[in-house]
Amino acid sequence: MSSTQAPTQAAPKPAREGLGGRVVAAALGLFDAPMAWLQRALGLGAMPYAFLAPNVLFFGVFVFLPIAINLVYAVTGGVNIYPSQRPFVGADHFRALGDCASFLDPATCREDHFWRGVRNTLVFTFFQMIAMVGSALVTALVLNRRIVARGFFRAVFFFPVLLSPVVVALIWKWILQRDGLLNAALVAAGGEKILFLVEPTWAMAWAIFVSVWAHMGFYTLILLAGLQAIPADIYEAAEMDGTPPTRVFWRLTLPLLWPNLVVVLVLVLIRGVQTFDEVFVLTGGGPGTATLMVVQYIYETAFANPVQNFGLAGAASILLGALLFALTMLQLALARGKSKEARA
Amino acid sequence: MKASLLTRRRAPGRLDWTDIVSYAYLALGVVMMFGPVLWLALSSFKTPAALIEFPPSFLPAAQRVVTVEGYAQPLELYRVRQPDGSVKEMAQIRRVGLQAQMVDPAAPAAAPVRVPIEAREPLREIAFAWSNYTEPLKAFSFGRFFANSLFVTVVATLITLLINSMAAYALSIYEFRGKTAALTMVIGTLMIPITIILAPVYLVVSAIGLNNSLWAVILPGAATPTGVFLLRQYMLTLPRDLIEAARMDHASEWRIYARIVMPLAAPALAVLAIFSIMWRWNEFLWPLAVLTRSEVYTLQIGLNAFQGELQTQWHYLLAMTVMTLLPVALVFVFLQRFITTGIANTGMK
Repeated sequence: MSSTQAPTQAAPKPAREGLGGRVVAAALGLFDAPMAWLQRALGLGAMPYAFLAPNVLFFGVFVFLPIAINLVYAVTGGVNIYPSQRPFVGADHFRALGDCASFLDPATCREDHFWRGVRNTLVFTFFQMIAMVGSALVTALVLNRRIVARGFFRAVFFFPVLLSPVVVALIWKWILQRDGLLNAALVAAGGEKILFLVEPTWAMAWAIFVSVWAHMGFYTLILLAGLQAIPADIYEAAEMDGTPPTRVFWRLTLPLLWPNLVVVLVLVLIRGVQTFDEVFVLTGGGPGTATLMVVQYIYETAFANPVQNFGLAGAASILLGALLFALTMLQLALARGKSKEARA
Repeated sequence: MKASLLTRRRAPGRLDWTDIVSYAYLALGVVMMFGPVLWLALSSFKTPAALIEFPPSFLPAAQRVVTVEGYAQPLELYRVRQPDGSVKEMAQIRRVGLQAQMVDPAAPAAAPVRVPIEAREPLREIAFAWSNYTEPLKAFSFGRFFANSLFVTVVATLITLLINSMAAYALSIYEFRGKTAALTMVIGTLMIPITIILAPVYLVVSAIGLNNSLWAVILPGAATPTGVFLLRQYMLTLPRDLIEAARMDHASEWRIYARIVMPLAAPALAVLAIFSIMWRWNEFLWPLAVLTRSEVYTLQIGLNAFQGELQTQWHYLLAMTVMTLLPVALVFVFLQRFITTGIANTGMK
């Protein structure tokens, strides 16, 4: 890869030039001798395993081992963190989680916070999905038009995606507080102050809004990429035929965008079920338990409560994990269907 | 014409109502997306007194004060309507009920006059309360949190790039027994967010003795399945004959990886680096669970702790929030195109 190579060469040009590249090369060069020795000692056939080893080690220690421990936690009791010192309790934790006089009323459940979390997460995910996909679709459609400064506007909608959940929550907490900007606007318009984060329904509505505000840009980007992949000549053909725009949207744009839309829908679902950060900082799960999510229940059961109940938290996270597994399978199946469609 | 807003079609050079609706939507978007951040930034420069004002003022402003001969404290300046209808700037000495005792700063020797408070109006000037920014640096360990976050972000990103690229190299260049199993394992881990293995990872980390150390934040998330995927897909597109030629020259496998494949994979590595920086700088739940001593708090955890403790000290909290968001904003300004194309190509964040 010398610099004398003809510029017409198709091979990508390595980015070796520059200080950063040289530092990286030097750092990687430190492993030259030991890895060469390893190759001589074990042979070429062993090298892929050597390259895989560090990553596999990390996966094993920090993902697979914890999964196994979680299974043990879920069927053992007590407060000890070491699995060997925990008494076997069978399905007690699952029974405790499912101990409800009526599943429609969390107050009748033994673990009422878990069921409040489930109910809140369902409400949150449902409304957030509608708002998120709707606003991302509208934004992507607008950004896909021939507008000036498209790059700027795309960046505007994307910008909050990079903000940390804590920052997002604090920005909105400041606006929504009793003497905040929004209440000032309300009073100026002749209204009354509303305690947005103190009234349960408002708190949930704002939790959903803030989450949509923070993540909409990401989904807009995916949908915009999908819209831009639709070949322009299809639209030209429709125009020549004099197809009305409404029909073009319903018969062309929407069906062609459908695979991306489904992926976005499932992604929003998967992320929604795992909601924690922004809502936790914004409302702390309150007022009362009005915005308490399942993940917050798990976190508090395992870490924040005076008695750390790893067993109950483990059982709850296995249930959550099973749901996420099903959703991910759904996503993979849809993605496979999408690529098959693309090949056909 | 009703739904032409929904299509990309439009006569060139003509501005019809769908364009107007579009630009109105975009303008609303600018206000909705930037407005809250701008409001945060403006508010962070207000004094505590200005912050509790209702309705709040738009720009950070403070009441003008003046030092008057014969008075130890600086006095607040007001514009006072005189009985004869003229307006005069006067300094307030004290307020007694509905009356204020005021003095003319130009004539400090004259006897103070009593003015009904509704006849006076405060004189304000734009003033930035920089102390909101400088004081937390001294009074709280904000600098420490910042350094912790920086350390976590840099070290974790370097480890991630190294071990993910090694794994991606193995999974893209070689055929070997167990390759399918390894690939399945990567897909499998993709589905397991730390959310559902919080407690057992905590046990593993404590057993290794990393409790309350920054390594406890760095290590568990270092082997990202996303990264392996991203890099492998890219490495699969690299020309094989380069590698074969290097083997002919008796280059060791490590040298091929380090000197040929890594430089060629630089664009994919850059995308992963940006992702990793974003993940690490913003990470919340896991550090919240594992870091319990404030010396090892990252910015996000420190900020969250502050918002619990400092509910009444919004002036510090807002300034610290701005400082936490600033590095991200800078990264965004310079790498926006990189980030958005990276996300559009991978569908991940």
